[in-house]
Amino acid sequence: MRGRRKFLFPEAKPASSRFRYALNKYRVKIDNGCTNCGICVEVCPYRVYAKGSKKPRTPSEHLCVGPGCEKNAFFCVRRCPVNAITVQLNPSFEILGDKRWTGDLLASTWYMAETGKVPYQNLNYKTGDSGGGFDKLRLLYAADGNGKKPKGSPKDISLAIILNRSGDKRPKVMIPVPFYLGGMSFGSVSINAMLSRVRAAAALGTFCSTGEGGYPDELMPYDDHVITQVATGLFGVREDTIQRVRIVEFKYAQGAKPGLGGHLLGDKVTPAVAKMREAVTGSALFSPFPFHSVYSVEDHKKHVDWIKAINSNALVSVKVSTPTDVDMVAVGSYFAGAHIIHLDGSYGGTGAAPDIAKKNIAMPVEYAVPKVHKFLEGEGIRKGITVIASGGVRNAYDAAKIIALGADGVCLGTTDLVALECIRCHHCESGRGCARGIATTDDELTNLMNLEWGTQRIVNMYLAWSEQLRTILRRLGMKSITELTGRTDALVHIDYMKGIEIKSELD
Amino acid sequence: MPPKYHTTTTPVPNRFPLVTRSGVIAWEEGCLKCARCVKKDCVYLVYQKRNLDSRQMLDSLDSACMDCFRCVQNCPARLIQKGVNPVYRSIGDHYWTPEILSSLWFQAETGKIPVSGAGYGGPFAGPGFDAMWTDMSEIVRPTRDGIHGREYISTSVDLGRKLMALEFGANGSVVSGVPPLVEIPTPLIFDLLPFSPPKERILNGLLRAASGLETFTVVRESDWSPSYEEYVRHTVFLLDRGGAVAKELIDKLRMVEIPDEADVMKWQAALKRVKPELVIAIRMPLSPVSGSRIEELTKAGIEVVHLVANQFGMEEAKEPLFVKDRLKEIHLSLVDRGLRDQITIIAGGGIAMAEHMAKLIICGADAVSCDIPLLVAMECRVCRRCAQGISCPVELDQVDPAWARGRITNLISGWHNQLLEIMGAMGMREVRRLRGEMGRAMFFEDLEKEFSALGRRQKRIEG
Repeated sequence: MRGRRKFLFPEAKPASSRFRYALNKYRVKIDNGCTNCGICVEVCPYRVYAKGSKKPRTPSEHLCVGPGCEKNAFFCVRRCPVNAITVQLNPSFEILGDKRWTGDLLASTWYMAETGKVPYQNLNYKTGDSGGGFDKLRLLYAADGNGKKPKGSPKDISLAIILNRSGDKRPKVMIPVPFYLGGMSFGSVSINAMLSRVRAAAALGTFCSTGEGGYPDELMPYDDHVITQVATGLFGVREDTIQRVRIVEFKYAQGAKPGLGGHLLGDKVTPAVAKMREAVTGSALFSPFPFHSVYSVEDHKKHVDWIKAINSNALVSVKVSTPTDVDMVAVGSYFAGAHIIHLDGSYGGTGAAPDIAKKNIAMPVEYAVPKVHKFLEGEGIRKGITVIASGGVRNAYDAAKIIALGADGVCLGTTDLVALECIRCHHCESGRGCARGIATTDDELTNLMNLEWGTQRIVNMYLAWSEQLRTILRRLGMKSITELTGRTDALVHIDYMKGIEIKSELD
Repeated sequence: MPPKYHTTTTPVPNRFPLVTRSGVIAWEEGCLKCARCVKKDCVYLVYQKRNLDSRQMLDSLDSACMDCFRCVQNCPARLIQKGVNPVYRSIGDHYWTPEILSSLWFQAETGKIPVSGAGYGGPFAGPGFDAMWTDMSEIVRPTRDGIHGREYISTSVDLGRKLMALEFGANGSVVSGVPPLVEIPTPLIFDLLPFSPPKERILNGLLRAASGLETFTVVRESDWSPSYEEYVRHTVFLLDRGGAVAKELIDKLRMVEIPDEADVMKWQAALKRVKPELVIAIRMPLSPVSGSRIEELTKAGIEVVHLVANQFGMEEAKEPLFVKDRLKEIHLSLVDRGLRDQITIIAGGGIAMAEHMAKLIICGADAVSCDIPLLVAMECRVCRRCAQGISCPVELDQVDPAWARGRITNLISGWHNQLLEIMGAMGMREVRRLRGEMGRAMFFEDLEKEFSALGRRQKRIEG
């Protein structure tokens, strides 16, 4: 968005699963009584079926709406003249996902990444099953309460946010969507996964962070959309990498392992990774924790000043996790001159981390954001800094909720991986690395994915998100995402409501 | 790192195939006999390595599969599916969940701490220990880089009574009697097992592990066998009322426990007469009156109290509190009365994971005791059939004590390393300072106040 011309969103293009069959919630079976009459192929508006030589095939089971289709005239099970079709839950689907990322959330993200559209297949694409935080918060639309009808077309609603609100002489840097993509280092993910994310960020006019593993040359065409990260290991941090970007991010901590340094297993330190990080091939890399040059806000200011001196146009983002006094950390960052305070809550993260840290250390971001927002408001400095939230934001609804709790925008990582068909088996570090070719440096596995496909999948997903965010804002009677920040009156927590007031999870 | 904090671990294999969350279901019928079967493309080679365990008739496929779903998605005839393993769902109970048991098995087998990618997948919060988070440090406070031994973090605690001040005589000599202390390098002792098959070999394994880890195992007097004498320095002898313990044995012990009864102070005095250097703990079931009882006993001169909740961490009461919540109350009330530092509190019951150790210490324990995880380290599935006299599915009564020692050592070493992770993130350099540091933790009931205000409205809600 450096140019003056109006930003145009990219187009969604189909990007189907890399595997033979997309994973699906429902199973469609045609038994041998089938006469291959072709009625099912004709009646199904979702194109689940394709013609076959002996009986129809079901190459796109994942487009099926399941037994709930019964209410429709085109319900194939009823329309089949010989009762040869059964539609039921897919038993393998039960194994997918976990409490936070349910099978439904995974499947709906895959669908958005494939098509760029909002899912319709009776999938709960709004909440998971974690029993708290995002999964208990609901957006409260004023439309019914005060008689206001949503006005205007969704297209007139702005999702843009400004990243530099400090009023200094540096560029304001506007992004047309209220999110950017978080750091995943080269080495932890493959170069294809990394480039897909960066290219998608460029197409969407936003940014993608490099993570702490250095700045591969392949990223250079996208310099304007890269955030380079300075983390405790200082891997691959050089003067020229700081100078070529518009945002530099200090990673003081990360939500995946708050209070602990990064860790890259020796197996993943291939010659290319070692060269980038100026380390030894095959030798495990432990980032120290913390920055031993920073034990106070004054030290922190020295860090920020150092970046500002090296690059006179860059914005400085400070990525921190969420301790008890996260509000003090945020206010300290403001006075140290940071443009962005990035709060990374404890339940997110992509990198391998000790389970004990992921579950127990630091607070979930749903608590941290309102705490920081209120504190900065109380100090009268909220308008001078951009608050970005991450750590467990899985979909557009989570994004809207955390913005309503006080963030300006969100940062995403896991969702990108899911768009690239991550299945969240949590075995990123096993054997040759990710079996699905995302978090790996193994050549054969890396080549399971090509760049155009990866880029399009991520673009598609965020186009679907953008559509959902505009719908949400329109129903809230808002014209811009910036109006939503801190509007806790647009939220309810269903644990504290009376039973009768609770409507179903899905519209 | 000093040698006392370093535990050498080696992988100790399972005797039985693991119970895993899911299984592979692969049909033959309809197979197209592809030139290159998807099974050959398995990244983890599980189909190539599969074999049948002849004892249990279980296919290794199920435990080796890593759930990547590639074969499921790529088989042209869709003959491969995954399914939930019903056995997995049925192991343990609401508290000792299959997830906890699997994690303990992994640690006992490998000696490593559980690490995984792609963020946290569990519930947002939960009852008991899941309703709190621990703090970390950044920018405004230093952390402590304890992992890999790059910075030194002490995890040792002293068990015994502590003097608040020394008294000196006219000639400058110390006149106060200094009570005995025993030091353990990890704030954890092994407690009585709430259930187990005939336990001679099991106890032998526990004692060997306790001895290697320089900690203690609580052994009931009636379970004692002269063959354990080699480990007597790592035994906390739980005396029975009316039991007659030989003076020679008492002489060798460093620590005993006596059950809390009306005349417990007399009992303590009698033991002190036999051996003044003996550390004596009062064993007390956790209940709503524990706090006032401890206050009374502290004033009367006890050294250590061992509070025991049930297998699920609950106290004995009509409306029981969870051990962490009752302990918070006890700790704070002793602090208010200026008594807390005089005695050592060991607390246990429901300690199932490394984080529980750290969290209970934050809530006011000096050290914790654990029980069921020691059995789980030996592959116990918490089916409790032994309590009904039915034979153990993993033949715990037959364990080789040396094998048991290896498994338990691995588990506790993993717990120790995880304690370092928690303390390192907090910037804490001594576990003694972690005790009662509730300000360095975040409690669900406090944080949730933010949201409770969001509920009191009368409007329509939509997802």
